[in-house]
Amino acid sequence: MQSKAQTQNKDQAQNKRQNKKRSSKKPSNKEFAFITYFFLILFCGMLGYFVYFQVVEKEEYISSPYNSLQDLYSAQVIRGDIIASGGEILATTELSEDGEETRVYPYGTLFSHVVGYGVNGKAGLEKQENYTLLSSHQFVADQIMSEIQGEKTNGDNVYTTLDLNLQAVAYDALGDYDGAVVVMEPSTGKILAMVSKPDFNPNRVVEDWEEINEEGSSVLFNRATQGKYTPGSVFKIVTALEYYRENPDTYGDFDFDCDSSFTADGRTINCASNKSHGDENLIEAFGDSCNSAFASLSLELDKTKWNQTAKELLFGESLPIDFPHSISSFSLSESADDSTTMETGIGQGTTTVSPLHMALISSAICNNGVLMEPYLVDHTESADGEVLDSYTATEYGALMTEKEAEVLENFMRQTVLKGTATKLKTSKYEAYGKTGTAQISDTEDTTNAWFTGYIKVDGKEDLAIAVVVEDSGSGSKYAVPIAKKVFDAYVK
Amino acid sequence: MVQLVVQSSKYIMIFLFLIYTFLSFAVFRFIGKGKTEKVIYGFQRVLLFLIHGMGYLVLYVTTENAQILGFYLMQLILFAAFIFMYHVFYKRASELLMNHMCMLLSISFIMLTRLDFDKAFRQFMFLLAGFVVIMLIPFIMQMGSRFRNWTWLYVAIGLLALLVVLIFGKVSDGAKINIKIGSIAMQPSEFVKVIFIFFIASMLYHRNDFKQIMVTGIISAVFVLILVASRDLGGALLYFFTFLAMAYVASGKWYYFVGGLGATAVACILGYQVFPHVQNRVIAWLDPLSVFDNQGYQVSQSLFAIGTGGWFGLGLNQGLPKKIPVVEKDFIFSAISEEMGGFFAICLILVCISCFLMIFNISINMKDLFYKLVAVGLGSIYALQVFLTIGGGIKFIPSTGVTLPLVSYGGSSLLSTILIFGIVQALYVMQPVRSSGKGGTGKIENSGTNKTSKQSTNAKQSTNAKQRSSAKQKTK
Repeated sequence: MQSKAQTQNKDQAQNKRQNKKRSSKKPSNKEFAFITYFFLILFCGMLGYFVYFQVVEKEEYISSPYNSLQDLYSAQVIRGDIIASGGEILATTELSEDGEETRVYPYGTLFSHVVGYGVNGKAGLEKQENYTLLSSHQFVADQIMSEIQGEKTNGDNVYTTLDLNLQAVAYDALGDYDGAVVVMEPSTGKILAMVSKPDFNPNRVVEDWEEINEEGSSVLFNRATQGKYTPGSVFKIVTALEYYRENPDTYGDFDFDCDSSFTADGRTINCASNKSHGDENLIEAFGDSCNSAFASLSLELDKTKWNQTAKELLFGESLPIDFPHSISSFSLSESADDSTTMETGIGQGTTTVSPLHMALISSAICNNGVLMEPYLVDHTESADGEVLDSYTATEYGALMTEKEAEVLENFMRQTVLKGTATKLKTSKYEAYGKTGTAQISDTEDTTNAWFTGYIKVDGKEDLAIAVVVEDSGSGSKYAVPIAKKVFDAYVK
Repeated sequence: MVQLVVQSSKYIMIFLFLIYTFLSFAVFRFIGKGKTEKVIYGFQRVLLFLIHGMGYLVLYVTTENAQILGFYLMQLILFAAFIFMYHVFYKRASELLMNHMCMLLSISFIMLTRLDFDKAFRQFMFLLAGFVVIMLIPFIMQMGSRFRNWTWLYVAIGLLALLVVLIFGKVSDGAKINIKIGSIAMQPSEFVKVIFIFFIASMLYHRNDFKQIMVTGIISAVFVLILVASRDLGGALLYFFTFLAMAYVASGKWYYFVGGLGATAVACILGYQVFPHVQNRVIAWLDPLSVFDNQGYQVSQSLFAIGTGGWFGLGLNQGLPKKIPVVEKDFIFSAISEEMGGFFAICLILVCISCFLMIFNISINMKDLFYKLVAVGLGSIYALQVFLTIGGGIKFIPSTGVTLPLVSYGGSSLLSTILIFGIVQALYVMQPVRSSGKGGTGKIENSGTNKTSKQSTNAKQSTNAKQRSSAKQKTK
């Protein structure tokens, strides 16, 4: 023992001498401890995140409509139902005697795009709510019983905001035209109807797959949310708002003498049907949808601010809804020539918008400038009827000030009282709106008819709408009557 | 019946792996205390063979492919041979590290067989080669001390290999990392990283002044820049960090390490601005679902797998791990978590951490500074690689496209990791004898002067290290 201690001392002394000789010391355990702790901290952070993911974040990823692993649940769970606000079943799973499951859509083509389908990649609510439909929250005892008996449990049911009556009216009103109708409640964001045509029969998706999915076919495409339409004159809502923002005190003094056309920089903008609107102020120009007046005032607008206003109205932005939708586009560069500027001002040019987006803008105007986040799922229930998850109306934020909404409301009222949508003048409700007739090609005769607006009525929630009728004619003639049918059905 | 086997064995495997993992850390208390330590290692081997066997049983009942049973037997024989041979020839090798190797390889083969039998079999061929490597390395390393003298040879071979890849390599996933020799695709940077570590160790073991560190740093930077030019940014990060860790240990100056980390941060920001594929990785990391159809696809699929698998997993052959692109390489951890469960995956991480601690443990024990530095380099590169792969797969950090050592598919990756573990085992074999007199079998290869005196100080050092390790375990 003693000799060992001595050698140890000798060794230490030797080490000291060595250390002196060198510029710096030999590595001590300090460095090792430092690097070890460095890595242990990294690993602990990683383990911590893994646990956090499993406990908190996991749910978001499991329930994502992109998660194809959800289908694994269908081995244990019978897919739940999708139900309209009135309790009508829009999609259900029927079991044959030998246990074979068939997905049935009792209303056929009526809800084709919004409810969607659950095969061949899925679409609509069938896709968005796939996780809920394949999750089971039945009583635990029942679940265990099913497991013991080798039976499947019942998936949860999805209660939508969709109104069977309004959907049917909008669907019939659109008739044989291609196009879309979106109906919603401005005060809550509830979507009551969503129609897109051409449609398909969700009961026959597998059988009809080749036909509806063939090259060039847009049958499966939900025009209401994903359509990218040239807005035409409905865009004058944005142009008018921008003009008001730049001239809040003097917009009332706007004066224009319309002789059916306006020319600047060698480019002539004509009014619809070459009509002369005569001497008019801004509210009259809006109500009559006077292209000449709006082309002229567009040239006065500040392009930077105009872009900003469009952005605030969600052009170029994702809409606040968990449903596949297109992003509307608006772009007017600082150096845009007069011709482009005038076209943009009357909703032609490169601007595109979805019907859902126009319905949201009308909703916000109706709701004093505040946009409510649109939604389609009211709540989910277990097969035993226990409410699992309830959606509450959520404010997205103000798209414009209350004052601005009030000004636009006056403009949109003018359209109904003396302008292009007088068909909506009735004592049953107060209607507001804007029509549009969007040229979609250089040949004069192909136009999409547009209407967007809302009604206020005693004793009921307000109702907003956007209608597009493809390849038809003018907005007042083709889109307004569809809106009227929906409004009338709602008030009745 | 099949489901009963699949589902019950899922829980049993998690339970067995939990015990295995617990023992990996609990054993630190018994190191050097004779029998208990050996009993624990023996018990761990029983557990690992049980897990391995159960995994293959499930694979067999779910596929009813008899080939799988044959393949299982081949692995069993190889693992047993490996453990037996090490017991005979290298008594002083770390048994814990040996067990971990077999454990990680078992998990790897279970998962690879599940994903793609042919690839698993190819991997097994590489493992056979690896078996030869790991048997020979301790023998070769004991032959002499000249490994420290080949500094410029390391530089020449290392740079040449990386340059060949840069010039002749084929592009995959935006990076040039492979080169084809005949029909075999090689990934030279996997091997160059070992050469790189030997180069730094050979530079810094005899001098650690500022000038020497700068020269080493500049040459290291050349390695790193070639990797950056090949778009192998994960590799570049590994190399650079390893240099930092080694320079810090050699010099004892903390500012090399902290300054280097700062430089790494700056480099990452620059890389982000210069390389679109780095931007894509970052976008995918921030919110993978929002860019699902583009950059976010891979990470999203990985998270779907981990999330849907949950804590207990879906069971082998019950999930859809193949939805994740290159699942058998960069994202194997996600597949394991999906089918074998989150608890199993956590144990896997802990076993990797234990491997890292064992590599650092031998580094502390080594008296010879050259080998000390080699071990620091190997430990750092191993730990960082584990962190980058798993961290990337679970969205803790942006994914960097490196593989999980011993677990991911890939011959170069497997062989180079076996090389690393072989070198570490060689160090265990060569480490100075412990205080008790019976360690006479160990061949001591020391560059130092007074052998016996060094042994005794070292004994003190190593017990210190053990105490600290076990203390660390307690606080966990």
